[in-house]
Amino acid sequence: MRDGVYKMKDISIYIHIPFCIQKCAYCDFLSFPGTEEMQEQYVQKLLWEIRESAPAYREYEVQSVFIGGGTPTSIPAEQIVQVTETLRKCYRIAADAEWSIECNPGTADAAKLSAYRKAGINRISIGCQSVHDRELKRLGRIHSREQFLDCYHSAREAGFENINVDLMSGLPEQQVPDWEDNLRTVAELMPEHISAYSLIIEEGTPFYGRYHRQLELREKGLEPDEILQRIPVNMQDAGLLPSEDAEREMYHRTAEILAEYGYRQYELSNYAKPGRECRHNMVYWQRGDYAGFGLGAASCVNDVRWKNETDLKRYLACGQTADLQTEREELTAEEQRSEAMFLGLRLTEGVDSAAFARRYGQAPEYYYGQTIDRMRAEGLLEKTEGRLHLSVRGRDLANLVMAEFVE
Amino acid sequence: MTGQENIRNFCIVAHIDHGKSTLADRIIERTGLLTEREMQEQVLDNMDLERERGITIKAQAVRTVYKAKDGQEYIFNLIDTPGHVDFNYEVSRALAACDGAILVVDAAQGIEAQTLANVYLALDHDLEVFPVINKIDLPSAQPDLVKEEIEDVIGIEAMDAPLISAKNGIGIEDVLEAVVHKIPAPKGDPEAPLKALIFDSLYDSYKGVIVFMRVVDGTVKRGTRVKMMATGATVEVVEVGTFGAGQFLPCEELAAGMVGYLTASIKNVQDTAVGDTVTEADRPCDAPLPGYKKVQSMVYCGLYPADGAKYPDLRDALEKLQLNDASLFFEAETSVALGFGFRCGFLGLLHLEVIQERLEREYDLDLVTTAPGVVYKVYKTNGEMIELTNPSNLPDPSEIDHMEEPIVKAEIMVTKDFIGPIMELCQERRGRYQSMEYIEANRALLKYELPLNEIIYDFFDALKSRSKGYASFDYELKGYEPSTLVKLDILINKEEVDALSFIVHADSAYERGRRMCERLKDEIPRHLFEIPIQAAVGGKVIARETVKAMRKDVLAKCYGGDITRKKKLLEKQKEGKKRMRQVGNVEIPQAAFMSVLKLDEDN
Repeated sequence: MRDGVYKMKDISIYIHIPFCIQKCAYCDFLSFPGTEEMQEQYVQKLLWEIRESAPAYREYEVQSVFIGGGTPTSIPAEQIVQVTETLRKCYRIAADAEWSIECNPGTADAAKLSAYRKAGINRISIGCQSVHDRELKRLGRIHSREQFLDCYHSAREAGFENINVDLMSGLPEQQVPDWEDNLRTVAELMPEHISAYSLIIEEGTPFYGRYHRQLELREKGLEPDEILQRIPVNMQDAGLLPSEDAEREMYHRTAEILAEYGYRQYELSNYAKPGRECRHNMVYWQRGDYAGFGLGAASCVNDVRWKNETDLKRYLACGQTADLQTEREELTAEEQRSEAMFLGLRLTEGVDSAAFARRYGQAPEYYYGQTIDRMRAEGLLEKTEGRLHLSVRGRDLANLVMAEFVE
Repeated sequence: MTGQENIRNFCIVAHIDHGKSTLADRIIERTGLLTEREMQEQVLDNMDLERERGITIKAQAVRTVYKAKDGQEYIFNLIDTPGHVDFNYEVSRALAACDGAILVVDAAQGIEAQTLANVYLALDHDLEVFPVINKIDLPSAQPDLVKEEIEDVIGIEAMDAPLISAKNGIGIEDVLEAVVHKIPAPKGDPEAPLKALIFDSLYDSYKGVIVFMRVVDGTVKRGTRVKMMATGATVEVVEVGTFGAGQFLPCEELAAGMVGYLTASIKNVQDTAVGDTVTEADRPCDAPLPGYKKVQSMVYCGLYPADGAKYPDLRDALEKLQLNDASLFFEAETSVALGFGFRCGFLGLLHLEVIQERLEREYDLDLVTTAPGVVYKVYKTNGEMIELTNPSNLPDPSEIDHMEEPIVKAEIMVTKDFIGPIMELCQERRGRYQSMEYIEANRALLKYELPLNEIIYDFFDALKSRSKGYASFDYELKGYEPSTLVKLDILINKEEVDALSFIVHADSAYERGRRMCERLKDEIPRHLFEIPIQAAVGGKVIARETVKAMRKDVLAKCYGGDITRKKKLLEKQKEGKKRMRQVGNVEIPQAAFMSVLKLDEDN
């Protein structure tokens, strides 16, 4: 794995494809279904943005590219190929760069998958979420267990040697054995990487309307049977969220079970075979430089952060790339340190004191001594071989720890 | 100058909602000092709060000119009075400034408990009272029945009472003529030493304190050196004037019989006690006007700034409010849980709410309020008696011989169908039945004696809901009686939280304690450890709940490169924590301190 300190010239690129076939009930990402015409228009504008931005990154070598969404595989493969070709033409890209694409089962056939491979995409991330059809249905996913398995095998056949599978735990009505079955089914396929997220009930999603009341009660410490008594009848049909204990058990079982198959947990929700950690995501957590292209894409280069325009019409109408930037801010030294702490603590290895000191002037203890002492005394933080990291319990309460490092 | 024979000083008394403010508007409109354009919907009620609640809190006055049918011009000084039982002293001051009163009675609803209370208060002040029957245009109006009721119950002449609709402007001329003919003109001596009654005051940041007064004898003008007889303050008058609608109209002088104001660059809040007598410093009158009293607070609670740094702001705001409100009492106090704040005394719970809302609205303060309580008399074994306004100051039980609590005489007027439920309510609140008499075939006047601490929380609300709005209520303090009272303490994680303690009758201690614990369990966020919440009396735990330890607080995903979003979530979390109060190692949200006020809400 890379050192916490990046060379100035490294950069990662994120490409956003906001289109999907249908919005899932829990999803709050910037995504929506789009017509073919809209997709074509969008990709042309995206190519324009990629080209126009290139001069600013002349000094950089691209170490990873991540094409995310939405569902990038829902648009024609030629459009994705145009994106990769434009990137190769306009940017210096490392020979061993990681090229990832997000894919949803049911949207990528064999032809598409081999087109991606041919275009040099060497990693695919499959949004499986569950291998149980009734769970998939509840999530509002468009695919079935069969379609996921087809998709996985097709990706292998197309030559993908680096595959991630996304899974989601803590789903309504899900029991611990259901989750274990999900994990084992996927682990037995032997993908190189598994992302296992606990369901988050996000505001503004259909799930929020269905489950936020339950969630509030659960956060107060109520058990499912007590919750059932306190929610309106019309909200009961949506199914009950697992109890907090069950939800946490699923989380802890994940690391145990995946370890049996040779996966190591390297971040709160990410597990990989040795050497197969997602290089692109590591850049976010280690505060490397990254440039995002496309609707709503986030960038952080040289400690200046911004986010692209999120309104599609305005994005399409934009005359120069500088006008796309919103929420632009230069991070102060204090903000940089704070982010290094709360992002770094997501990683299993945590924050390396010496590396932190080299980059930010002093060791974390110098800036956050009292907080660190308190969190260690509470048993939430630990220090191992010069690295500050969350304890096993600290992983359950990560926000609480991280909030301590925010001003 | 208008002679005293052409001045009429009067007020309007009515039950809430019987149309007092609307009639005031019509009088002002018909007497013409204002054009229609200048008329706000309700001129006298100029505070937002009053408008929302539909009640008048602050006594105010207006001077208008009426050209009567006899061809002469009369000055009408209309003094507005508060309509709520909490403000009886304010009412009495305003009444003392008048010579007569218009009694407004709703033609459909007839006499209510407050009608009686207010009219008796007016008669006590020797005011000439004449009735008008309002809302005669309602389909349910029964003016003849109501007239009979007025004669039977109150005993004043009502047969020739004007029949009006203030809302629709019907019969207003009759009211104006009745004011001229039925209300006596003032009979002061303009040459005598100055003697004027302060019935209200207002703080203005430019003019200082504006004193509202009724000149009884003598004359006051710019340059007069005046003395406040009770407080002893001596100042030189800068300006005198009369009241336009919503504005001050300076004039040359105010002579005996007039109602108006004076300013004198008075900055010290303590100098203008309402009810005090203003006289000339160099030629004082022989005796002050009767009726001045230092106001007794009936209900106390602690008010604390949510942000400890705002303590001086809270002090300033309370001082300013006190200028206009002689009945507001406050003194500094400290709480282990809440830090620096004030113990405040109020006339009643509505008064408390009004002050609290004004502090938050007009002074932009975020407040934490502790449970309101009454003044208990604690008789100690050493013969000493203390008046207890803060439960934390209750002496050790071994030093207490016995305690007494204030009892009120309550009168509840209710329609026949709801007598049962209302009697039940009074029983639940430890009420002692006194009597019941039918005022008319369908309505009865219930008399109960009730402990004040049983009615300060939500008695009005309960009364309203159990009678579907058909009960009205009035009370006055009867005195103190011995009672079995205990202090209920709340322990959070084994530590007593002083701001949550309160005094309660021994019989209700368990029930209240249990509900407090349940409520607090909902309000206190989970911590890393389990938190017991206990209610205890005299060290003995009588109820318990537990806030479970926190199991989970983590966001699985990091929103890709959108770090800002993640950061905002963490910032929000941290901000929430800042707004908590630390007691021992437990963080208690401000809402928890307030939740005890709403104990009866969800049962």
